[in-house]
Amino acid sequence: MTPKIKQRLIFVMVLIVGFGAAIGLALFAFQKNLLYFYSPSQIASGEVETGQMFRLGGLVVEGSVRRESDGITTVFDLTDTAGSLTVSYTGLLPDLFREGQGIVAQGKINQQGVFVAQEVLAKHDENYMPPEVAEALKEAGAQHPVSMPKTTIN
Amino acid sequence: MVAEIGQFALVIALCLAVAQSIIPLIGAHRNNLSWMSVGRTAASGQFLFLLISFVCLTYCFVTNDFSVLYVANNSNTKLPVYYQISAVWGAHEGSLLLWVLALSAWGFAVSIFSRALPADMIARVLAVMGMIGIGFILFTLLTSNPFERLFPAAVEGRDLNPLLQDPGLVIHPPMLYMGYVGFSVAFAFAIAALLSGKLDSAWVRWSRPWASVAWVFLTIGIALGSWWAYHELGWGGWWFWDPVENASFMPWLVGTALIHSLTVTEKRSTFKSWTILLSILAFSLSLLGTFLVRSGVLVSVHSFASDPARGVYILGFLAVVVGGSLTLYAWRATQFTVGGRFELVSKETMLLINNVLLVVAMITILIGTLYPLFLDALGLPKLSVGPPYFSAVFVPLMLPLVVLMGIGPIAKWRRVPVKELFSQLKVFLLLGVALGIILPLAIYRDTTVMTTIGIAAAAWAILTALYVVLRLIVKRDGSTSIGKAYSKIPRAMLGMMIAHIGIGVFILGVVFTSAFSDQKEISVKFGEEVGLAGYTFVLEKVTGIQGANYQAMRGSVNVTKQAVPVVTLYPEKRIYTVQRNPMTEPGIQTGVFRDLYVSLGEPINDNEWGFRIYYRPFIQWVWIGTLLMAMGGLLGAMDKRYRNLSKANAKRNSVPHTTPT
Repeated sequence: MTPKIKQRLIFVMVLIVGFGAAIGLALFAFQKNLLYFYSPSQIASGEVETGQMFRLGGLVVEGSVRRESDGITTVFDLTDTAGSLTVSYTGLLPDLFREGQGIVAQGKINQQGVFVAQEVLAKHDENYMPPEVAEALKEAGAQHPVSMPKTTIN
Repeated sequence: MVAEIGQFALVIALCLAVAQSIIPLIGAHRNNLSWMSVGRTAASGQFLFLLISFVCLTYCFVTNDFSVLYVANNSNTKLPVYYQISAVWGAHEGSLLLWVLALSAWGFAVSIFSRALPADMIARVLAVMGMIGIGFILFTLLTSNPFERLFPAAVEGRDLNPLLQDPGLVIHPPMLYMGYVGFSVAFAFAIAALLSGKLDSAWVRWSRPWASVAWVFLTIGIALGSWWAYHELGWGGWWFWDPVENASFMPWLVGTALIHSLTVTEKRSTFKSWTILLSILAFSLSLLGTFLVRSGVLVSVHSFASDPARGVYILGFLAVVVGGSLTLYAWRATQFTVGGRFELVSKETMLLINNVLLVVAMITILIGTLYPLFLDALGLPKLSVGPPYFSAVFVPLMLPLVVLMGIGPIAKWRRVPVKELFSQLKVFLLLGVALGIILPLAIYRDTTVMTTIGIAAAAWAILTALYVVLRLIVKRDGSTSIGKAYSKIPRAMLGMMIAHIGIGVFILGVVFTSAFSDQKEISVKFGEEVGLAGYTFVLEKVTGIQGANYQAMRGSVNVTKQAVPVVTLYPEKRIYTVQRNPMTEPGIQTGVFRDLYVSLGEPINDNEWGFRIYYRPFIQWVWIGTLLMAMGGLLGAMDKRYRNLSKANAKRNSVPHTTPT
């Protein structure tokens, strides 16, 4: 083997191994870490199994927010106007969480059929509607006036 | 009136950019010196007029000219003046103006500092930068004009987004943009090399410091963004693998690969086409970042507005730049000669693996960032890729990189016996592993496998980096003094050492803060004691206060450690008067070894509040580490050989050429 070919071989081998590793790692990590988005009516029609982590989006139902006696757990209903689901979250809610607001929660459904959220995302703008939520509302045939994002803030 | 001057200046800058991109190129082709020199003049002019334009917009902000739509949307008379100035780049239109200003500043810098460059090369470089300038100035004028008038004028402005009213945000965007746009210089050099077919070591010495300085800006920009997130978002986190963060991190990774591959191209004149490819890639990713952030496809603090026209424009521009440069690359890159030979175990191979690991890391992040967008565009189920994905792919890729970082700098070019490396480094390997085991146990009486590995990697990185330089001082001849031996060490090597130590410090911070952080989210009554990590926190009271443009509820939190007072923190819950958005402003005590961080939630009742406490060990090391990296990069860019080269070339070029004009 001439040195030149050897050098090319090193180059190509390193590249193949490297990029193979990239694809492998990505696919492997994808299997475990993809979070799907569902709306409350999709849950109602039984599309999700209990114990599966996913994202749930909708509007916080007016008058449904109540605090548990521990002072830090909040329970509320989330709706896409067609279906609704009870959500429980332990921790401080984001600044913009309020009734009527579109939010996205991440967590699992427990045995009692309550969505236990590990994270609640409400974006920093009162006019903001998470795009997933806006679309879910549209699909559910909501008559609710949905304002599209003007300034969308993390 | 001022707004019109600003807009007019922008149009003139566009005309100059057009001149800059066409005339010097024709000059370089025909070997016409006076045509080539148009590039320099046009670059200076473009910078001047963009500066005028930028100053005009700033003037409109400072004078509260609410007849300008952009000002009315993003400022307010009550806004403190320093935030009125930073509000200039607080939203889409103005930040684009800053983008083009940064671009023209780089072009201006190139035209000043490269007088010693061959005239045809500088002509081509400036022409390419002019083309990028056209693209973005046109984008600003057509889709995002910051000078658009509002009729009738607003009485009062809608105020700057409260989240952006933070000192970190005042300088984060300019730094980040200087970094993003800075890669346009390396890109322009690469395209110039492809056009002319000349890629010698002089070319590399010219383009290397530019790439380094751009990288330094990007490093600082990203670090500031992360610092801001930590201080302003109130969750005590410093990195979220948010698509917008990824957008700036991808060019950083490729930029890091680029400054390493430039070493090989300079020293061994090999990896030439790879270096060119990385230059193209780094800038393309900067553009992709701009597209992701500015088009509104991503939802975050940065996607100011979703106007489809803007997304389409940037996507089109991206396609032209990437497509065009890659076509040129495919066509011309094969002509570069292969340089010095090397064996399997050599510095070259290690730098090659470094490059592959960095690019691979970038690709995995790219996949994770674009995949949800891609599915969404196809109308498939909506999903998101969470932070666990990124940690799962990123950490295993970075670990071998850190190991290599200790070996590469002492490995010899061409060929190095494995035995020799091992005998030099075994001490550090043992020390690193020992520290990895001991440190967490000594400080926190606790450890995990990942913590041990992480700390060992950090210790290894720091020790080997010190060894690279210290061995030169220790092994000097008896006759030279320490000072002299030190002064002989090239700046580039010192820079490398500092940057690599910075990585070690960074890893130390990341590992300790992720392993030993503690937090509580609870509701507390006034006066109630809450213990966390050996500290006792007491929320004494919450009182209302009046800020310049907000009202706030401010808590007083007394922190004690074994009954000894440590600090009183004042977390706030603010309501900004104009936008009426609540904002959490944490109270933080920063320390070398730990931060104490408290933020207020919602009132539960009259004397009870939701309350969040964080104990964050070594978190400042994350930013100290990045700062060291930036300092190292800067020192490396200032290496003597780049300056000597420019002097030497200046001398050579001052001999009059016989150029047909």
